[in-house]
Amino acid sequence: MLAHYGYKDGSGEYFIIIDTDKCDGCEECVTACPVGVFEVGEDENDPFREEPVAKVSEDHRKKIKYSCAPCKPVSGRKSLPCMNSCDPDAISHSW
Amino acid sequence: MNVVGIDCGAKYVKALVLEDDKIKAKSSVLSGFDQKAAAQEALDKVLEQASLKKEDIAYITATGAGKEEAVFAQGTITEVGANAKAVNILFPSVRTVIDVGAEEGRSIKINEKGKVVDFAINEKCAAGAGTFTETMARALEVKLEEMGALSLKSQKSVPMNAQCAVFAESEVVSLIHAKHAKQDIVRAVHDAIADRIASMTRKIGIEKDVALVGGVARNIGFVDSLKRDLKQELFIPEEPEYSCALGAAFAAAEKAKGG
Amino acid sequence: MEKEYWRWPESKWTSSDIDWKDGDIISAGVDVGSVSSQAVVLIDGKLYSYSNFRTGSDSPESAQKVMDKAMEETGLSQDKIHYTVGTGYGRVNVPFAKRAITEIACHARGANFMYGPTVKTILDMGGQDCKAIHCDEKGKVTNFLMNDKCAAGTGRGMEVFADLLSVPIEDMGRLSFEVDEEPEPVSSTCVIFAKSEAVGLLRKGWAKEKVLAAYSSAMAHRVVELLERIKVEKDFAITGGIAKNEGVVKRIEAELKIKALEAKHDTQIAGALGGALFAKALIEKERGLR
Repeated sequence: MLAHYGYKDGSGEYFIIIDTDKCDGCEECVTACPVGVFEVGEDENDPFREEPVAKVSEDHRKKIKYSCAPCKPVSGRKSLPCMNSCDPDAISHSW
Repeated sequence: MNVVGIDCGAKYVKALVLEDDKIKAKSSVLSGFDQKAAAQEALDKVLEQASLKKEDIAYITATGAGKEEAVFAQGTITEVGANAKAVNILFPSVRTVIDVGAEEGRSIKINEKGKVVDFAINEKCAAGAGTFTETMARALEVKLEEMGALSLKSQKSVPMNAQCAVFAESEVVSLIHAKHAKQDIVRAVHDAIADRIASMTRKIGIEKDVALVGGVARNIGFVDSLKRDLKQELFIPEEPEYSCALGAAFAAAEKAKGG
Repeated sequence: MEKEYWRWPESKWTSSDIDWKDGDIISAGVDVGSVSSQAVVLIDGKLYSYSNFRTGSDSPESAQKVMDKAMEETGLSQDKIHYTVGTGYGRVNVPFAKRAITEIACHARGANFMYGPTVKTILDMGGQDCKAIHCDEKGKVTNFLMNDKCAAGTGRGMEVFADLLSVPIEDMGRLSFEVDEEPEPVSSTCVIFAKSEAVGLLRKGWAKEKVLAAYSSAMAHRVVELLERIKVEKDFAITGGIAKNEGVVKRIEAELKIKALEAKHDTQIAGALGGALFAKALIEKERGLR
């Protein structure tokens, strides 16, 4: 499943996409993110999945544009720690 | 030599006459639903105040979201460029300019010459601009001008979850029903918008000194919240809403001098 | 009391062919939304009854009320129901539910039942959110997004316009077609800015209907953009309150060039229905049947 967390408002489109089929619940993203955007737990959208999965925590879903701002400076942007930490390549960003 | 800078903002059109780099007259007119007419009115008013005729003006530069509506202007400048210019002249030590208007928020990084190095904009979403406070003031039945002072009376901020002005409106109503003190809700409103503005500013990297301009800088409650969030003192011009028009007028003066 | 323009009429339905006493598995789903709540009862996986009522200020109470309404005049009582799943925005506030499941999972499952296994793309516009879901032929979610941060493209956006124009929400769709030609859509996405844009249009002398048309097409465009993020694949279904607004539905269909499937039942029950289907599967799991 491609789980899109985030939103689109007048100012733009801000989604973190987690491919739950690739995610192995390793929790690397949880420690890699400097502001604690990720958590690993029960798959809320697939009641029959037994294995834990990464998701964007509830607190950040409605303000992800701001939560992710520290890793996304206007100039001199480096690669994102969450994406770097993810071995199975399950995380992507829409912006 | 006289020049005019005119800023066609979402809420007000501001016009300003500069005579040899000194402000000679200012006017402000509600943009309303016919901004072309509002721009003309702002120009007429400012000329009348300065006892000048249109022919006495060497150059007119327009800025603001509705700059095209100032059909009488010879040139235009972006809001980012105008603010950078104005703040560089008002406060030469400033390297970061935060501009919060009715419908847009901007953070601009400038060098010692006032040249724009980097900028970030929030537009087209009311949550990151002055309209947010205005909408909340209406929901709280507090006059917009009184929001600032009320906010400073608060000792604690109540949590606000909604990130959208429409949803925040209902959240504010339920906070009132839950018997939270109005001043605490007002502070929460200012903290919320300050948080969004601060986070946008961090995207360009905050370099001292920091200036705050735009109409929302009049709101002392918002200023307080932003200072706390940024842990920075803020340079605020006496009439922050004219900053953009002033920058446009400086740009006009350069043009008139053949720059 | 102030006139309310913005709520959908309530509804209630009970099957005339099924007797719950013959049922082996009685399952229920309760969807507590921000504006309205629904309850669905299934007997051995067949639709038996449902109700759709307003959500009050107290979620557990609303959940109970809508559940009671679904059981009204059937002789069925809470203790006869083997498993209840809570879903929706207030899903953790359904005291009698054994488990809470997200509305994403429930809507996909419910739509799969309501519209059949050919449904791949589901748009659900709720009172305070907008969901775009892609699912497989079993109703399992394969791609989704949920926008509950911004009011644009949610029922709430429509409510703001219903209020502004003093038009009851059930008339908005029809009225939005009473124009000579389709106007340019309202340009602002943000509901606050769209509202002031609309005030400006009214001052310019635009008729209510024309403003409604301009907003309905802006809204349609907005949700199509969200759908395109998850990719649209046939068949396509629209659930939730907005499915009842033909002004938005027809404009979405025109922009996507795909017709949405027609539902036999109240489109707002999809979430609760999905909940009841999960409840059935969970009983079977408990009983070691799957």
